[in-house]
Order: sequence, then C-alpha cells, then structure tokens
Amino acid sequence: MTTRYTFGGDEHVYVEIDEEMSLDAFFVSLSMSNAVRAAKIEGVTEICPANASFQVRFDPDVIAPDAMLSRIKALEAEAEQAEKRLTTRIVEIPVHYQDPWTHETLMRFRERHQDPSGSDLDYAARINGYDDAAGFIAAHHSAPWFVSMVGFVSGLPFLYQLVAREKQLEVPKYLRPRTDTPKQTVGHGGCFACIYSVRGAGGYQMFGITPMPIYDPEQKVSYLKDFMVFFKPGDIVKWKPVTRAEHDRIAAEVAAGTYAPRIAEVEFDLDAWNADIAGTNAKLMEALDDA
Amino acid sequence: MTLKIVKPGLATSIQDLGRPGYFHLGIPMGGAMDRLALRAANLLVGNDEGAACLEAAFLGPEVEFTAPATIAITGATMPVKIDGAEHPGWTAIAVKAGQVLSFGYLKAGARIYIAVSGGIATPPALGSRSTYPIGALGGVEGRAVQAGDELPVGAADGAQAGRSIAPDLRRAVSRPAELRVLPGLYVHRITDEARARFFGEEWKVAPEADRMGVRFRGGSQMDFVPRTPPFGAGSDPSNIVDGCYSYGSIQVPSGTEPIVLHRDAVSGGGYFTIGAVISADMDLIGQLQPHTPVHFVPVTMATALAARAERRAVLNRIREALG
Repeated sequence: MTTRYTFGGDEHVYVEIDEEMSLDAFFVSLSMSNAVRAAKIEGVTEICPANASFQVRFDPDVIAPDAMLSRIKALEAEAEQAEKRLTTRIVEIPVHYQDPWTHETLMRFRERHQDPSGSDLDYAARINGYDDAAGFIAAHHSAPWFVSMVGFVSGLPFLYQLVAREKQLEVPKYLRPRTDTPKQTVGHGGCFACIYSVRGAGGYQMFGITPMPIYDPEQKVSYLKDFMVFFKPGDIVKWKPVTRAEHDRIAAEVAAGTYAPRIAEVEFDLDAWNADIAGTNAKLMEALDDA
Repeated sequence: MTLKIVKPGLATSIQDLGRPGYFHLGIPMGGAMDRLALRAANLLVGNDEGAACLEAAFLGPEVEFTAPATIAITGATMPVKIDGAEHPGWTAIAVKAGQVLSFGYLKAGARIYIAVSGGIATPPALGSRSTYPIGALGGVEGRAVQAGDELPVGAADGAQAGRSIAPDLRRAVSRPAELRVLPGLYVHRITDEARARFFGEEWKVAPEADRMGVRFRGGSQMDFVPRTPPFGAGSDPSNIVDGCYSYGSIQVPSGTEPIVLHRDAVSGGGYFTIGAVISADMDLIGQLQPHTPVHFVPVTMATALAARAERRAVLNRIREALG
C-alpha cells in the first residue's frame, strides 16, 4: 500500500490509502479517519471514510491547509500499526432476489445494459462463471459483507464481500446509468454491493430488493427513531434470501412498527480472518442465531 | 404571517447556509448555491445572515404576502415587481399585506435570493431548513415549493426599507467566466497534454446544471495515462475504487464532459477527479446560465487562499455597510 495525500480545493484533504480495494486498505482508512476524529483538530468540519481512502473537510480560516495535512500525516504510522480489530455488529438483511419491481425496472432500461437479452442476474452469473442465476445468488448470500463506505446519497451503504479476492463477484455498471431505481434495491457494481436507500438514478446491476428501509427522514420506522440513517462503515451484513410472501410479511411488520432487524455484536479480527476465512465467517454468522 | 406561493417559478426552493456534518452519511451540506447573495439578502432585511430564503433559478416565482414585511432580492439580475411596479434589486423594500411579488425575465446571472424579514420558518431538519429533495430533507416536506404552499415566516423586528448594497460589492459574471481550480486529487490519471487542453480550451455550461452539479461541454476528449485497472476500480480508464468527492471537485466520466459538484453533491463515487474549484469561486457557479462560456484557470493554494480572503473582505464590507 502506498498512501497518497492531496488537496481537494482549499477545503479538503483527500487521503488514498491504496489504489486498489482490499480489507487492509479499508481498515487503515477507517482507523485513520477514527484517529482524525479522536484528535479533535480545530477547524475540521467533516470526516468521511471510504472504501480505500478518506477525506477530511476543514475551514482554512481556522487551520492552514499545510498544517491540516501535517496533522493528518502524523496519524498515519500509528494507524498502520493499530490492530486490525473491530468491535462491530452483524445485521441480517432480508433480500427478495429476482423480485418483480427491479425486474420491471431492468426491462424498462434494457437498452442501456451490456446484455439486453437476459436479466441483470443472468448476466452477472454468466460473467462470473456460474451456470445459472441460482448459483450466483447462493454465492452472493453465503458469505457476509463489510459496509466499507456510506455515501453517494442519503445513507447508501457500499459493501465488500468477506471472501478471498479470486472469489469476489465483479460486474460492470450499466453502460449508461438508469434514471430510475426502486427504493431498497440490492445492487452491484465493480466488486461492491449496495442498497439504494432512496428511489433515483443508478448504474449498478439490480439483483433484488429488501423490505427493510435503511433511511427514513421522518424517523417513523421503529429502528430509525434515534437516527434516520441505519448503516455506518464497519457494519457487517448477512443477506437472507426471502420469498415474496416473507418479503410482504416483513414489509407489513415495518409498516406496523413491529419489525426489529436481527443484529448481534461481534468482534472482527482481520488477521484471524486472513488465517481462516471460512471459519471466521461461520463464527460471525453464528452470532445471528442468538439474535 | 405567511408567504403564499402563487406561481413557483422553475426551480424554487427554501435554502439557508446548509447542514454540514453529515457528508460521511451521504447527506450533503446543501444551502444557497450563492452563499454571499443569501447572506446579503438577509442582512438587508435585518435577519441573521443564515436565515432561510427562497432560491429561484432562471425564472422568478410569484409570491403574495399576508402581512406587511421588508423583503430584499439579491443574486441574479431580474426585474423585481410589486403589484406590477418595478423595484430595485439588492435593496430592502417594504411590502404591504396582500401585495404580490413577481419578476421580469432574467437579465444576468442565474439564481435570485428572496429574503423576508423574520426569515422563512419551515421546520428544520438536521439543523437546517435547506431543501434536499433526494433525501426528502428540509424545505416543504423535503421538496421544492409548489403553487398553493403557504410558508410560515418568523417574527421580525422592524427592518428599515431603502437600504441597498453598492454595485461594486455585487459580483458580476464575466464573459467568458473564469473558474479557478486547484489541480490535484486524481489529475495524474490524464496526460500532461490532456491537462493543458482542459485549462486552455473554452467550455460551455451544459443545460444539465442543478444544485448537485454543473456539467460542461465543448472541450476535447481527455487522454488517460495507461494503466492496469486496480482491483475494484472498474475497467473504464476514468474509474477509481469508489471514494469521497470534494465540494467543487471536477469529475470527468469517461474523459468526456466535466461535472463540477456543488452544494447538493453526491458524497462519493467511482470517477476520477482532476482537482476542485476553489471555495472563492463556488458562489459564481451558482450564477452561471446554460451556454455561458467558461475557462478553467489553474491556481496554487496560495492564490486560492488569497481569493478566499478577498471574498471575505467583500462580505465584511457588506456587513459594515448594513451594520
């Protein structure tokens, strides 16, 4: 990894931990942005961690840009040596794969897709070497995912799957972005999954939909009463495939204010994970059994 | 007292100075695209500088007042009419109950700010009344204003009419407009020749210009430095592993049309950026009409900070004049 520092105009320092995505780069970016927050540097207005980079916004009338850069650089060595260990939570997110709503949408924008003859899932399965969509879906939900960034628009999580690099699912984005995506669509672009927090434009391939809202500006959803955004970087997600009937039942529970997502506190240790991926993942997912 | 929206105009929304602090969750700061114009309008009517105003792009709204008030219109040059009679911009104007504010055609600039004494008092969301429609935050139920809306206005303490802001304190859009840029971020992705062309050529503001960002057309396709795509970035030479975007940053998807992100910026994405427009020139972007010719001018950090200090001096002169 080669860390690169640069300015985004006169109000931002941008730090690229690595050009390529890896859990190591994500952990350094998360611990460095946490270190900047803990340092309580006067003049800092926003600290935004991303997949393999992070950004600090500051007021140059309070702290000179060069001073800001030096303060952040000074935290690098410490962050790189920090244990790559995290106390976090695993959340089970129900997904209705091959749902009617994303299907209607993907048919509407077929001419913007690499392969207009099939569905987004058919295409993703084929280019990732699976016989059919079912095989791809199994790979998608059998291992957990890390929320490596929250952003783009309101509370949208980017997720990176906890599997070895050669097993990563990779798909290109649409040739031209769609002007519409259903709310709560589970999408995929590059090696990242996402959940569209709101309805709107989008370029990621569409695989399914979750009945579970993850953003609620009115804060009426029972589990979003404390804050309108559900996810934060470092959360771990386990997709749970659900049928149409289960989807509808959960949606009704959300509307009635009785739905509680399954959540368990877990420890994640990157070295332990690297040493035994399957075993570490199994233990993470077992934590949900008691949730 | 309320402001009754008779006609909404084209894109009219409630804005203040925004809600910084939530960009890490994908919620942008929002707020007036031309922050100095909003501050000036508020100062003219005796409000706090950051009170909520109406921001109207390209076409003015029609607004009826249910009680007497002091108002001021700043920003773009657009004839101000009260019950059909013309009044000056950048000036505090007394209006009576039942009078209707309307506008003539836009003459220069792009966005006007309408301040009313007491400030618009819709419910704040995350500390701001600014409208962010994508996240359904602020404004009227998270949206732009519509005909029939009645906007509540706060209590005012008798602002005096007649005061105005001197013409030399109002920023005009030159032709071509100049946007100063601090090169950086991922500028190393393009060749030196492509970089020189970007700064040498004339660009034009595209019709796709909104609060999220402004697109430009007319310059050359950019050439990229060859590379093996880093894992997770995507195969297009303009792709990066999704990262954060700076306000004012210039992304060039596929190397064709630059987009400058503004107040309602998406917080991140997978396109390389070649630097960012300096903070002193962000207000100016809010006043660019479609088809305006634009030059991007590379500057150093020292120049960016000097320009920032100049803008601040102008604001201080406005504060002193109206203090």
